[in-house]
Amino acid sequence: MKSLTKKQNLAPYFFVAPFIISLFIIYLYPLISTVIMSFQEIVPGETEFIGTKNYRRLADPTFFKAIQNSVIYTVLTISLLIPVPMIFAAMLDSKSSIGSRFFRSVFFVPSLVSVVVAGTIVRLIFAQADTALINTLIAQFNIEPQNWLHGTRIHAMFLLLILALWRWTGINIIYFLSGLQTIPKELYEAADIDGASTIQKFVVITMPLLKPIIVFVTTISILGGLSMFEESYILWEGISPDNNGLTIVGYIYRKGFQHGELGLGSAVGLVLLIIVVFFNVIQLFFRGFFKKGAEV
Amino acid sequence: MNEPIKQKTISFSILVLFSLLAVVVLFPLLALLMSSFRPGSDLMRFGISIDSMFAAGKNLDNYKVLLFADKALYPYWFRNSIMILFLQTTITVFLTSLVGYGLAVYEFKGRRLLTSLVLVLMMVPLQILILPLYKMMISARLMDTVAGVILPFILSPIAIFFFRQFSLGLPLDLMDAARIDGVGEIGIYFRIMSPLLLPAYGAMAILEGLKSWNNYLWPLIVLRSNKSFTIPIGLNTLLTPYGNNYDNLISGAVIATIPIIILFLMFQRYFISGLSSGSVKG
Repeated sequence: MKSLTKKQNLAPYFFVAPFIISLFIIYLYPLISTVIMSFQEIVPGETEFIGTKNYRRLADPTFFKAIQNSVIYTVLTISLLIPVPMIFAAMLDSKSSIGSRFFRSVFFVPSLVSVVVAGTIVRLIFAQADTALINTLIAQFNIEPQNWLHGTRIHAMFLLLILALWRWTGINIIYFLSGLQTIPKELYEAADIDGASTIQKFVVITMPLLKPIIVFVTTISILGGLSMFEESYILWEGISPDNNGLTIVGYIYRKGFQHGELGLGSAVGLVLLIIVVFFNVIQLFFRGFFKKGAEV
Repeated sequence: MNEPIKQKTISFSILVLFSLLAVVVLFPLLALLMSSFRPGSDLMRFGISIDSMFAAGKNLDNYKVLLFADKALYPYWFRNSIMILFLQTTITVFLTSLVGYGLAVYEFKGRRLLTSLVLVLMMVPLQILILPLYKMMISARLMDTVAGVILPFILSPIAIFFFRQFSLGLPLDLMDAARIDGVGEIGIYFRIMSPLLLPAYGAMAILEGLKSWNNYLWPLIVLRSNKSFTIPIGLNTLLTPYGNNYDNLISGAVIATIPIIILFLMFQRYFISGLSSGSVKG
């Protein structure tokens, strides 16, 4: 009997063992090693401690531009990819909507497309040639053909946002739709009796009750936005004009892998970690996490 | 009398809006498909254009070259992607379900700490650790191997969290009944609980599968020889500063995309319930 309870006491550790092991191998050991590397100059064969030199070298306009790009991209994607899908989801969910299931699936399809393929499509649709789709389209409005990929910073950010909107709107719609299913219909009926308009119902009932989903989507958007790399790497093969498409992870990739400066790259990674933590703290603050007695 | 008419106008305007959006959303994929039957030089010169989409002279040449040419690499890439998809998904789903289940059904020392760690790790992008992980792969001699591609992702914190939330709803009295019958703790998981976890396995298999099929940055770092590339990494080699090999790129992109869309259409319900369960419970 005694051995049975012993077994039961050990069983939970059997189940969580894979996590504990991976925590050390995939997270903790690399984290410690990246902190150490960030104070080193690493050349094949010899490694030297150089104090805070890597961090001082980050006072580099290119790096600041990368941070700016990543932060602007994150803020813009959050401000577009939350309200737009939320409104679409509410429309798909309303009784006035015909063919909801069909549209829901159609909007979801782009998120199945790999980023390499999606990026290639964007490159071709926004190609420089007068004949390319978007340039023909804007010609109808007497706008001159644009050199989208090799234009200004605004062009670059615009392409990245189009790509994000195309790929992520459908997924976020699904998240918001699932949240809408949890709102009791009686609330809307009660509001109808009180003579509330559609917009009033949306603002007073739907939005507050969708808060958990908004929090969830914000969290994944912060993570996705600040660590964005693939989209920009594929649109410009890593070399965008004036670094207009360079992101923080792009900078890590360039310094760490293309220039072989593992120490400097590590320092950039840690700066990214600090930025991610900062964004999440702001988010938690808005959720009222730090208010006394707030439920989480 | 007025109300139904108003209702119908709203329904109609929403329908028009969504139909227009559906066209905008699907058009790029249609354009990709139709351009894949034209010579890549068209794309090089004109981009994706209405003219070349609807031009005559469509054929399957791009596909023939891609799949059957001497030294064609695409079949290798496809095989590698499928193999990595299968291994990564199975291992991840199995291990994360064990962990999530363990965190949910047992009371033990360290449970709270481990659960909070899972939550914290969900907010940390793995990208910040690619340099040390890369060094680790070199010392472990895992560069250019399937294991190297898969390893950093097998304990996905999001999947652990998902299985934990799902397992919280399992009927725990079944466990006691099984214990009385002399079933061990591990037996309880495999024989009694795992059938109940099936919907969760399905949902996570789809999410992790999609993640693996489209994974880009890490395989780009780990995979070195062109026969061990996955599809996204292979396709990326066709985009070069010296001009792009659009013949192969476009047909390769279509082949990488179509199976996923067909799978989605077949298993839509699971895709969507998988995504939703993650967020509602989160």
